[in-house]
Amino acid sequence: MSSITWGGAALDRARTRHLLQEYGVYAALVLLFAVAVVLNTSFLSIGNIRAQLLQVTPVLVVALGMALVIGTEGIDLSVGAVIALAAAVAPLYLGYGFVGMLAVVLLVGAVSGALGGAMVAFVRVQPIVATLSLMIGLRGLANIINGNSGKPVTDGAVATLGIGNFLGVPVMTWVAAGCVALVALLVRRTTFGRQLVAIGDNRQASRLAGLPVRRVLVTVYVISGVLAALAGLMLVGYSAESDPSTVGLNYELSAITAVVVGGTPLTGGRVRVLGTVAGALFMQLIAAVLQQHNVYQSYQQIIEAVIICFAVYAAQERGTR
Amino acid sequence: MVQQDPAARSDRVLEVVGVSKSFAGVHALRGVDFELRPGEVHALIGENGAGKSTLIKVVTGVYRPDAGRIRFSGEERHFGNPLEAQAAGLSTIYQEVNLVPLMSVARNLYLGREPRRFGLVDVRRMNREAAETLARYGVEVDVTRPLRTLGLGAQQMVALARAVQIEARVVIMDEPTSSLEPREVATLFSVIRELKRQSIAVVYVSHRLDELYEICDRVTVMRDGEIVHTGEMARLERLRLISLMLGREMSSVRDKGSTAFDTARHRQREGVPALRAQGLAVRHRLHDVSLEIHPGEVVGLGGLLGAGRSETAKAVVGALPTEAGTVEVAGRPLRRRSPAAAIRAGVVMLPEDRKVEGIIPNLSVRENISLAALPRLSRACLVSRTRQDEIVDFFIQRLRIKTSGPDQKVSDLSGGNQQKVMLARWLCLNPEVLLLDEPTRGIDVGAKAEVQALIDELARDGLAVLLISSDLEELIEGANRVVVLKDGRVVGELEGEGVSEQRLLDALATAPSHPEDAEYAEYAAPEHEEQPGPEEQSGPEGHKDRKEHRE
Repeated sequence: MSSITWGGAALDRARTRHLLQEYGVYAALVLLFAVAVVLNTSFLSIGNIRAQLLQVTPVLVVALGMALVIGTEGIDLSVGAVIALAAAVAPLYLGYGFVGMLAVVLLVGAVSGALGGAMVAFVRVQPIVATLSLMIGLRGLANIINGNSGKPVTDGAVATLGIGNFLGVPVMTWVAAGCVALVALLVRRTTFGRQLVAIGDNRQASRLAGLPVRRVLVTVYVISGVLAALAGLMLVGYSAESDPSTVGLNYELSAITAVVVGGTPLTGGRVRVLGTVAGALFMQLIAAVLQQHNVYQSYQQIIEAVIICFAVYAAQERGTR
Repeated sequence: MVQQDPAARSDRVLEVVGVSKSFAGVHALRGVDFELRPGEVHALIGENGAGKSTLIKVVTGVYRPDAGRIRFSGEERHFGNPLEAQAAGLSTIYQEVNLVPLMSVARNLYLGREPRRFGLVDVRRMNREAAETLARYGVEVDVTRPLRTLGLGAQQMVALARAVQIEARVVIMDEPTSSLEPREVATLFSVIRELKRQSIAVVYVSHRLDELYEICDRVTVMRDGEIVHTGEMARLERLRLISLMLGREMSSVRDKGSTAFDTARHRQREGVPALRAQGLAVRHRLHDVSLEIHPGEVVGLGGLLGAGRSETAKAVVGALPTEAGTVEVAGRPLRRRSPAAAIRAGVVMLPEDRKVEGIIPNLSVRENISLAALPRLSRACLVSRTRQDEIVDFFIQRLRIKTSGPDQKVSDLSGGNQQKVMLARWLCLNPEVLLLDEPTRGIDVGAKAEVQALIDELARDGLAVLLISSDLEELIEGANRVVVLKDGRVVGELEGEGVSEQRLLDALATAPSHPEDAEYAEYAAPEHEEQPGPEEQSGPEGHKDRKEHRE
């Protein structure tokens, strides 16, 4: 008898765990949103929602690329510095019009990503070391380009990307939504996406199955770089200035947090795109709620830490503990 | 076989009595008795999974035995961990040296018991004594260099010197020569003889039979977790030794075995071979291996563990960097050497280690089957779900893969069904050449028969198949021809009526060993050369060869 009940309990625990892993972040997001509204009905005001979206969107864009990198069992610490580099380069090419400038900025992001990816795929440096060196070096480069001071950026198109609205929703959020759709399609439906996941799960087997392991790895870091550069442009538009010494600081950590809270395992082999969106929104929401209720920032940080620990704990596979 | 003379009991430095150990219900050791006398070199041999390493781990305290007793130096001991065993005088030297690669040679030698002066490590004395000690082991190097800058052989000597210095009474060597060069082997043997003189007992695990006969006094043969023979090394014939290991009685070779192969299959061997490999060389592993497979032919690759069978398959598809050799597919040379290039040319390999090299554990059955074929199932980089499902459903049915559906996680399938998924991954590429490394290992009887029948069928359809198997019966009945490898060289080929267990055992036992000086010349190249790291690389020789072929 007792053994049967035990078996049932174990089964229930496994199912609960599975549900928690798959849908926990969405449930937590909805719950937190409800709590925020109940505590303060003005949370639902257009102004507040807009402000929250403007803050979270650049993080989300960076986190999308980070999710891909983490899916290959890698990590990209350089994204914050790529944001700074993009911010530094943008004002220099405004003369070529918005499209020309956009092309150059995204290219800068791609090249930065390619550097990191090449180090990982060809030189076989650990991802954390390769992108750490880029994180340090690229921010230095950005400061040199910009002469160590903030520059005002007054271009209309950039401002539209940063603070403009379309149908009542920030333009940058529309852009980010497009990125989410593209990345989701990439992961789920394309050859590249499936190869990426396979490589993250078992690299040796993937190589023996003839997958282009190096090409996929480099491409993943390139995508991460491009998305970071795009986020950099959003931030320049938002603040109407380009200051490479401060812009994008700690964005790599926010992005990793969003990915992890969203349920993508750091061990690779799985990319959760919508989970990452939910993870980014959740972290933004919790910060906003705590802030609006005047919780000291120090306590905020401690609460965030607890959430990250819990997310990692919940994401662990059965039996691997 | 073993004299159980009570008077001689005190003469056993290590005694294992009735030890059993099982993992998750699988018996790894079953009532094993083993004894070791001071000053003897005792060979411990057996195929993969015979229980050798489990026995060593039980003795040295890595595992706790389920039953049985272990007596060390006359008293019953159960070590809690290998360190405890080492402190008591039972040292193990593993294949991979387990020292600290970044510390100096001398530090490694004295780690944990450095000579001290005024409470500090007396570095000068330590270095001087380390150099003196190592010289006796034939290692004359600057002892202040980091250990990892030494060749593997020298590192192993350091490990050995360390083991002996801790006043070992028993030294267990697990495949000590697998990465040694011939003259290092000679040094090792002289060290072992020195140990004998000091009455230190040595347990010697190796698959190189010549070495066993050269250095060992007694031998214990294990199979399926049991001891099947213990006795004097010199009195055990080679042929008998091999049949003991493989579990085949020489007298009872049957005409028709229990495999699912159709032995009356016709053979054809004309025209251009589907695969021709020539002069393949992989550092320390393969020396000048050549073979040909014609369409419709199943060529077996025979040999004992460590003979270079898997390495041959891997070298052919470019999964191992080769130093020399060429591969032609249907007469056309393979220029780039990588698994991807081999697959494009129609050569695919089913790897031996399904878990590590085969399945993508978290992906579904569907994705595991279609993994290699993804580019072919895609249009404009988008995977066509219809075409993917078509091919996946076809193979699930054709290979009778038991799964709850294509969406099931592959790691939830049984071993046999995982193996079928692996086969499906390769078959959906329509390959010309199929290299199968232990295709039926670790799968249940039913799946085994199905896989064997499939191999037959594929060959009849004109596929060229290379079959690697430790199951002699499978090899004999499945293959039209058997190429026999030993120590990384082709030492024989059995064909037609000559394909029999008797002949195969003979070939394994009597194949000549290569004279050391020949091997020496080959290795005379610079010593601390690194393995060519990244995939797709090959030595300058390989490059030259390929050029010649192009012309």
